[in-house]
Amino acid sequence: MELESLQIYWWLLISVLGALLVFLLFVQGGQTFLLSVSDSSEASRRMISSFGHKWELSFTTLVVFGGAFFASFPLFYSTSFGGAYWLWMLILISFVLQAVSYEFRTKPGNLFGTRTYDTFLFINGCVGCILLGVAVSMFFFGAEFSVSKGNILDGSSPVISVWAPTHGFEAIFNWKNLLLGFTVLFLARTQGALYLLNNNSDPDSFFKANRRRVLVNGVVFVVFFLIFAGVLLTSTGLETTFDGGIDGLRSTFAPREFKYFYNLVEMPWTLAIFLIGVVMVLYAIIRSALADHWTDGIWWSGTGTILVVLCLFWIAGYNNTPYYPSLPDPSSSLTIFNSSSSHFTLTCMSWVSIIVPVVAAYIAYAWYAMDRKHND
Amino acid sequence: MDDLMTVVDWSRWQFALTAMYHWLFVPLTLGLSVIVGIMETIYFRTRSEKWLHITKFWMTLFGINFAMGVATGIILEFEFGTNWSNYSWFVGDIFGAPLAIEGLLAFFMEATFIAVMFFGWKKVSPGFHLASTWLTALGASISALWILIANAWMQYPVGMEFDPAQMRNVMDNFWDVVLSPVAINKFFHAVFDGWVVGAVFVCGVSAWFLLKNKRREFALDSIRIAGWTGLAGIVLTLWTGDGSAVQVARVQPMKLAAMEGLYNGKVGQEIVGFGLLDPSKTHNDGKDPFLFDISIPYGLSILANHDANTFVPGINDLIEGISLTPEGDTIRTESYAERIAIGKRAHEALRDFDRAMTDGDAAAMAEARARLKEDYRYFGYGYLDSPEEAIPPVGMTFYSFHIMVLAGGYLLLFFILAVISSARGGRLWERKWWQWVAILTIPVVWICSEAGWVTAEVGRQPWIIEGLMPARAAISAISASTVQLTFWMFAAVFTALLVAEITIMINQIRRGPENDH
Repeated sequence: MELESLQIYWWLLISVLGALLVFLLFVQGGQTFLLSVSDSSEASRRMISSFGHKWELSFTTLVVFGGAFFASFPLFYSTSFGGAYWLWMLILISFVLQAVSYEFRTKPGNLFGTRTYDTFLFINGCVGCILLGVAVSMFFFGAEFSVSKGNILDGSSPVISVWAPTHGFEAIFNWKNLLLGFTVLFLARTQGALYLLNNNSDPDSFFKANRRRVLVNGVVFVVFFLIFAGVLLTSTGLETTFDGGIDGLRSTFAPREFKYFYNLVEMPWTLAIFLIGVVMVLYAIIRSALADHWTDGIWWSGTGTILVVLCLFWIAGYNNTPYYPSLPDPSSSLTIFNSSSSHFTLTCMSWVSIIVPVVAAYIAYAWYAMDRKHND
Repeated sequence: MDDLMTVVDWSRWQFALTAMYHWLFVPLTLGLSVIVGIMETIYFRTRSEKWLHITKFWMTLFGINFAMGVATGIILEFEFGTNWSNYSWFVGDIFGAPLAIEGLLAFFMEATFIAVMFFGWKKVSPGFHLASTWLTALGASISALWILIANAWMQYPVGMEFDPAQMRNVMDNFWDVVLSPVAINKFFHAVFDGWVVGAVFVCGVSAWFLLKNKRREFALDSIRIAGWTGLAGIVLTLWTGDGSAVQVARVQPMKLAAMEGLYNGKVGQEIVGFGLLDPSKTHNDGKDPFLFDISIPYGLSILANHDANTFVPGINDLIEGISLTPEGDTIRTESYAERIAIGKRAHEALRDFDRAMTDGDAAAMAEARARLKEDYRYFGYGYLDSPEEAIPPVGMTFYSFHIMVLAGGYLLLFFILAVISSARGGRLWERKWWQWVAILTIPVVWICSEAGWVTAEVGRQPWIIEGLMPARAAISAISASTVQLTFWMFAAVFTALLVAEITIMINQIRRGPENDH
């Protein structure tokens, strides 16, 4: 395959991992309900039982998302992680807390007590969702960095990617980024409640409480999502023009009004998938909240979420769009072409990616086997 | 420059802290997963309730430990970006691939099958459950394989070329990276070390039950499995350790010299069995490096090349340019002063290439590229100002290496006695002093394992990639105070969680095998 095709393919894989991650954040969303119930209650036990079997999957997807980004677009890895230092550190610490909490929370001698571990899970639910939303939001609204590869020869300050001295706090306190952060949080909470409906389908008080959670969080999510979509589609973005240069890597970036709106229009199949995804999520929320007993909402909402997030990644990176716009120096903006790994590495990794369906198959089979006996 | 070095040092400390915490849990995961797999296999074949209890007990402890391994592991992957961002670009084209493959091949396998392992006892067939237990163990080992391939590449960079247009290295041979002899040796050395850690843990905890005169049959059955696993593990660890030493002698001779506190080498070089270094020693002061030492004649020559008459270069020899070939032959090559000069020429050529590229001057680019290619082999030395900067911290490398070797020798003896006694009815295990020995061996095996990593990583300094990039050129543009703050955050969080894990483990052990679920 040509290098350009590989770069497009790898952005597609990153999009798939990102979309799966956002879907799997239903675990994080569900964790935010834990503090609203007593730690010794039946509701708490059922929540932990539902999410305790799934948390490793969202955690692993985050790690693989990071690893795949490193392997395919190392300049992003270098720029974003080293630059938005505090943003990523806070995300990571919240996931560290999650990793031990399910295992430790009810074990005798756990030192801090069950409620503390539930609080850790709550923190991971809120901080993880909001800050991952902030991190992705920078794909559209830009970040405070510049790249100068020649710096690598500067003995006193050899770093090629330089970020604003606030190192990620400026991104966290940017209202546009927070808008997506809270959208992700309430989407995750809605889907957490939808998953609980699916996993605890007896029509009892717990089921009713989860229906209420779907309604309340679903409404808040829709409000945040509509505002975010409005802001995004009316924003001015950067348009990439490839002018080759002697190294074949040169690009120039010029502002274009309604850039992301035009990306949807100019990639009509993306617009169609986006709209289908939105309708599926809305259908899941409305029917789950209003019907007496409907438990399939998570499948509709999950599929819709994956479709919408895929489209967001595509309009961020395709159609001559830099997926990581630089605010202080637009010429430093990262595209899928100027930040990727080499042709050789992308080819090797593409061969490895053939195993993805095998991984998906054994995950599906393992859970089918677990649920089959359970349902019997 | 001072501020730069402060950032470098704190970034090193942070990575060392998180890596050492992570390595407290990983070897136990590697070892316990195999031991639990063997126990469950026995249960699967015998369907004996006794073996079910034994399996579930150790599996519970495995789960507690696994959670901490996962928690500490996520930080390490992302630290390459957060704290070593220049590194991430300079060699990300090569280094990123093993990390991504690790996630895809190993993490999903572990995440999927550990859930079946813990929650699937009554939901899947016994055969599927057993397969899940072994697949979890396999996933842990595959994870180790890819991360050790990545680490080995930092020790012995192969399979790449430099692309001056992008100012980074790019992979040109995947199999050279994956099948590097350093990687293969490191992988087996680390995994077998994990078996030893797991086996010592099981023996030590079982000895506690014997000491308390509780659940004797359970304890002795556990010891039988762990004893053989540990003996196999330590023999194979020593064997692969010997292989590692040969490779270090050839591809990182400065590390070997530091491991032995050797400044001036010779043919038939002795090895220091025990020694106290003179802390005031500098490489060119002519003083004896040791205040006291007991050495074994020809030992280091045999270790380095399996030949008593091999010349082993010391720190001063290497600085002067006397080294070993990959075949183990003595060779005179460029002195470190010359390497620094060549490295600086390579930097200048790269600058010229960059300027020519900006000007669109193809001829000048070709000329600069040719010069760069000629001198690139010592590119990393261009960041150094003097040969002394290429000497790793000798004290820390020497002591950690010797602690590892002495502890490894002790562990071999421990497992020989453990297995012999266990095969002869376990009489030694009835003795209180031996029970205490087994319990006190638990900290010894962790010290041994951590010391091995300290040797490997401190001995590699100042390089983050051997000869190619010093740590000071690999950092992120962040302030020292920022890294200090996150260092202390991680220190506090990991320490608190470690204490929690230990107290949970102790409680779980006290409850015994019948009350594990």
